[in-house]
Amino acid sequence: MYDKEKLKEIALAKEEWEKGQVAKTLAKFKERKEEFATTSGIPVERLYTPVENQDFDYVRDLGMPGQYPYTRGVQPTMYRGRFWTMRQYAGFATAEDSNKRYRYLLDQGQTGLSVAFDLPTQIGYDSDAEIAQGEIGKVGVAIDSLQDMEVLFDQIPLDKVSTSMTINAPASVLLAMYIAVAEKQGVTVDKLQGTIQNDILKEYAARGTYIYPPGPSMRLITNIFEFCSKNVPNWNTISISGYHIREAGSTAAQEVAFTLADGIAYVDAAIKAGLDVDGFAGRLSFFFNSHNDLLEEVAKFRAARRMWAKIMRERFGAKNPRSWMLRFHTQTGGSTLTAQQPENNIVRVAIQTLAAVLGGTQSLHTNSKDEALALPSEESVRIALRTQQIVAYESGVCDTVDPLAGSYYVESLTNEIEKKAMEYIEKIDTMGGATKAIEQGYIQKEIADSSYAYQKEVEANERIVVGMNKFQVEEKPIEGLLRVDPSVGEAQVKKLKALKESRDNLAVKTKLSTLREAAKTDANLMPFILDAIRVYASEGEVCDVLREIFGEYRPVEIL
Amino acid sequence: MSEKLIRVLVAKPGLDGHDRGAKVIARALRDAGMEVIYSGLRQTPEQIVAAAVQEDVDVVAMSLLSGAHNHLFPKVAKLLAEEGADDVLVMGGGVIPDSDIPFLKENGIAEVFTPGTPTGEVVNYIKNNVR
Repeated sequence: MYDKEKLKEIALAKEEWEKGQVAKTLAKFKERKEEFATTSGIPVERLYTPVENQDFDYVRDLGMPGQYPYTRGVQPTMYRGRFWTMRQYAGFATAEDSNKRYRYLLDQGQTGLSVAFDLPTQIGYDSDAEIAQGEIGKVGVAIDSLQDMEVLFDQIPLDKVSTSMTINAPASVLLAMYIAVAEKQGVTVDKLQGTIQNDILKEYAARGTYIYPPGPSMRLITNIFEFCSKNVPNWNTISISGYHIREAGSTAAQEVAFTLADGIAYVDAAIKAGLDVDGFAGRLSFFFNSHNDLLEEVAKFRAARRMWAKIMRERFGAKNPRSWMLRFHTQTGGSTLTAQQPENNIVRVAIQTLAAVLGGTQSLHTNSKDEALALPSEESVRIALRTQQIVAYESGVCDTVDPLAGSYYVESLTNEIEKKAMEYIEKIDTMGGATKAIEQGYIQKEIADSSYAYQKEVEANERIVVGMNKFQVEEKPIEGLLRVDPSVGEAQVKKLKALKESRDNLAVKTKLSTLREAAKTDANLMPFILDAIRVYASEGEVCDVLREIFGEYRPVEIL
Repeated sequence: MSEKLIRVLVAKPGLDGHDRGAKVIARALRDAGMEVIYSGLRQTPEQIVAAAVQEDVDVVAMSLLSGAHNHLFPKVAKLLAEEGADDVLVMGGGVIPDSDIPFLKENGIAEVFTPGTPTGEVVNYIKNNVR
């Protein structure tokens, strides 16, 4: 795109500058480091000019916002139209407690809900299961049956609010409960808006809430794609997540690579199950992390968008532009928060918020300052939400689309992230795809290697974490942390017992055995699960039926 | 003290899937010359104790970020004592509020390491306290 003669002129000027002024300065003042690099290990030059970007082709590499390859954003006007959805991930204790927190957040100007379930719910165990003891209501809300779900969304109109649910292995069960609550509210399913995470591959690789082996898990996922494309057209059927891959310790480039490799595996599976790519691809959504290396993060989001557009159009032959768009949710980086001087986390979250917004996110969760210590208190959640609101309303970065485009550095980093991530994807392709790479422990090992390398850098003080390995102070233990009352577990068990005594147990038995038979065939299981949920079969009962037929996943552990 | 290799079981009790810290600690202990066995995710206290006894470890180091530590850590210590393995050094780490630490120490957990602890500190603690 650049004029050849002009490029020569710039190259010459840069050379003269380096030999002259720079050399003179370096002779007197050394730079802080011999070599600079991003967290992904991409070398960072002293200065970026058109010379480092000489192959830059505006139309090919960026295009217009809302147009292929979507580097500049998926919508033509981005935040000039409306801001991203401010969506705080929340949930704890009982459905009653969480419902109260949701209504508080909606009152505070939050624009969408994001439900955190406790671990037993995420792994398909009822609250009365032995293995669930000690975990009930801890990292999220405990949901055992439709009855709890009715309480969770009490006085929240499901045709007005969009809801994201972090649920994976039992995603179909919780989606069924959501649909059943909507039916009770008199809301037709075509009005429902929201997302289920439904991304099992990253559970095997990085997050750990798997139940079934990959084969049947992929079937449940494609069943949801198919069911929703016919019945719940505005529902995001999956949120392909790099967030947890990054939390587990990957670099930014690995986050993009492994997430898109998982995405490719889901599209492959759905096509193999006989679905038309343009029938489901428009409802795929993504979920990324946002860390402190501001410009690398912005480049990461832009690179991911461009890569997915190419993958969908060129690799899968998708024709509908909607199938090419990578729409994503962002959460600021939990693992970047320090337990030391927790107020400093507010500043980290602000930088990460800016990265997500400059990267063109569709929705955002900002972490609270006390999350390295406990679940966030109401006050710290409010500050986190206010951080988003300040970036939205006061910073001015939302007034033009993709304001960092054309920065010599940012465009160069965007290319580098794409290159590094593409090398990983090609490698995973030769291994037979993401599922195979995970079964062999390859992705887990790459993540663990990066995480350990990072830790060693921190401990050698090559990487500074303010307040943790530099600028420490003596601190008093912090007060006012949120605690979940252990009696929540007992209350939940009691509630479940009462439900099992009062519901129509014959209907439950019948629906569960119909589901069992369907699981043995290749039928779409969504309608059968929905039938069982409507008669108040518990989550654990539904998941146990599927455990019987599908078996359970046993991971390989690689250190 | 003899120069016998220190054997450590790094364990993930309960349903929590966050294993970044556990894996980092496991590698750091291995790099410090210890023999390390990693349990993998979702271990019940009974499974952890069975593995500790079978592998004849000197240390059980548990990591938990889900908030179930008050329930699960003491249970492991209690079961180890019941198995006659009360000479095993039991430690915990993860997202654990300071205010929970006295309770854990009263219930058989020798030391608790919270976020930001350098791995060298854990290595030294084990070397100085293993029985």
